[in-house]
Amino acid sequence: MTLDWSQHLIVAPVLVPLLVAALLVPLNETRHQVKFLINAGAVAVQFGIALMLVSMTDGGHWQDGIGVYLAANWAAPFGIALVVDRLAALMLLLTALLAACALLYSMMRWSRIGVHFHSLFQFMLMGLNGAFLTHDLFNLFVFFEVMLAASYGLLLHGYNLKRIRAGMQFIAVNLVASLMFLIGLALIYAAAGTLNMADLAMRLEGLGGDQLALLKVGAGVLAIAFLVKSAMWPLGFWLPITYAAASPPVAAMFVLMTKVGVYVVLRLWLLLFSSDSHGAASFGADVLLWGGMATIVFGAAGMLASDRHGDLAGYGAIMSSGTLLALIGLGESGVVGAALFYLLSSTLGMGAFMLLIELVERSRNPVEAMLSLTREAFEFEETPDQPVGVGIPAALAFIGLSFGACALVITGLPPLSGFVAKFSVFHALLAGEVRGVGLAVMGLVILSGLAAIIALMRFGVRTFWASGAINARMHLSEVVPVSLLLFLCVFLTLRAGPMLEYLERTSATLHQPQLYAQRVLAEPAVMSASAQQARSDG
Amino acid sequence: MEATIAIAIGVLFGSGVWLILRPRSFQVLTGLLLMSYAVNLFIFIMGRLWVNMPPLTVESGAPDPAAYADPLPQALVLTAIVIGFATTALYLVLMIGSRSVTGTDHVDGKETDQ
Repeated sequence: MTLDWSQHLIVAPVLVPLLVAALLVPLNETRHQVKFLINAGAVAVQFGIALMLVSMTDGGHWQDGIGVYLAANWAAPFGIALVVDRLAALMLLLTALLAACALLYSMMRWSRIGVHFHSLFQFMLMGLNGAFLTHDLFNLFVFFEVMLAASYGLLLHGYNLKRIRAGMQFIAVNLVASLMFLIGLALIYAAAGTLNMADLAMRLEGLGGDQLALLKVGAGVLAIAFLVKSAMWPLGFWLPITYAAASPPVAAMFVLMTKVGVYVVLRLWLLLFSSDSHGAASFGADVLLWGGMATIVFGAAGMLASDRHGDLAGYGAIMSSGTLLALIGLGESGVVGAALFYLLSSTLGMGAFMLLIELVERSRNPVEAMLSLTREAFEFEETPDQPVGVGIPAALAFIGLSFGACALVITGLPPLSGFVAKFSVFHALLAGEVRGVGLAVMGLVILSGLAAIIALMRFGVRTFWASGAINARMHLSEVVPVSLLLFLCVFLTLRAGPMLEYLERTSATLHQPQLYAQRVLAEPAVMSASAQQARSDG
Repeated sequence: MEATIAIAIGVLFGSGVWLILRPRSFQVLTGLLLMSYAVNLFIFIMGRLWVNMPPLTVESGAPDPAAYADPLPQALVLTAIVIGFATTALYLVLMIGSRSVTGTDHVDGKETDQ
């Protein structure tokens, strides 16, 4: 008996980038075009697989929308199980889309400033895809390390002083976070005797006393590792420096990396601690809630205070990840669907913004750019040049419009997807049991939106209404990714209804831990022909 | 036996924490190494401390899990050692790179004002 081909599709998002990355290593660096084409082809294949997985999880191909792949054909919980559900499939799709845009953007320039960009890029995709699919905690650690090791290389890609300084911090922080990950894993294994997520969720009910206390300590230490990734205050000081130092396509992929931290928190917390049936119910919800709210304040204050574009984007990423953590910490099942919509919208918006920043900087005369920053500090009057009858150059118009669209998505103003996301979050908060703390989160999200508007508007005015803008030269391969990401935001806005329904179904599955246990632990291993023969004979 | 190994891990980890808070990158690297040793030992003892237990081997009949050493932490610690080793080596390369570019071994890439 062999597996249906569709089962093997679950492991393909890990295998495709692994094989392609290995294939790309021995190819000579002078053959840019070939390497780029192979890389782009692999991303396209991953996009296709992700699309199929989305339609299969939502289309009733698998029972309950959960597909299980038993690696090495060992039944869970003894072997490693890969699980694809609606959330995992959606994250795979988001990864492939963002990767395609980042890769296209890097075609002309950024992939050529150092060696092995394409291999590292695929290894990073492998780590990301694996982290979304795996249902085993130690395997999650391995995929995190794959992702991080590739991200160290990508951050240092185009080795300069700024990147080395940022890299020293980024790597040291993440190495310590990985050690925390291991300590947490070990404690959880000591307490529960399993590392399979679904099995762990089931065993929680039988735990009590010392074992439960040990498990809580383990989960707390483990959470530190994920919260460092998702840059929760006070664990996120590394983020703005790192994002500002990385090259634009890499920074766009890093936006997704913070979302991986949020994704794991969301998945594990809902699986382990959302049900009331055991002694650890709602464990850590307050930490997520208050930590998330502190992160929103930190991000908003950072956005207001930053005078460099890279920092602005970094603090924007912190703010969106804080919003997500606070929404998870509220522990209301109705909010999760809307929060996922916010995750999609903010990832696409921030990704576009990371790519756009570099185009903005290129369009500015360096001397004028420096002057416009110092001008406010020294308060000297600017006499505007007399307007002359020249139209706005096309490139500058494109940058300006895209910047406006990014700002709308990030701050959550109508009419783009950021507004739909925030509106549906507020709607879910008000539709549920209104609590004081829910209103506080709402207030903070609105205020942080205001702070973001002020910061982005100031940035826009200084950049586009100041003299000294030069008509930058940009390649089509740099215009298309930014437009594509923004187009996706528009698409999200137009198809918000079906999208939110899909996310509600996603959230409904996520809130049923016993469903995962049933599907994962009951998944039969494939019997070999001889075993099958023996069974039919006997 | 538990107290001895707990103190040993504590001393290793504590020394590591002190070292990674130091300003020189080599001290940070040494600190990371000590911490990863401590963590590896920690994972290892999570299968409980046993003396004279045989490895899990295939025998006829259902094996009694209590009679064997837990093999899983051993597998985990092996993976953790390899990954820790690789990432630390990467940090070492970066450290050397930083030293040659900035001319100092300070973690910020520049000396603080005395």
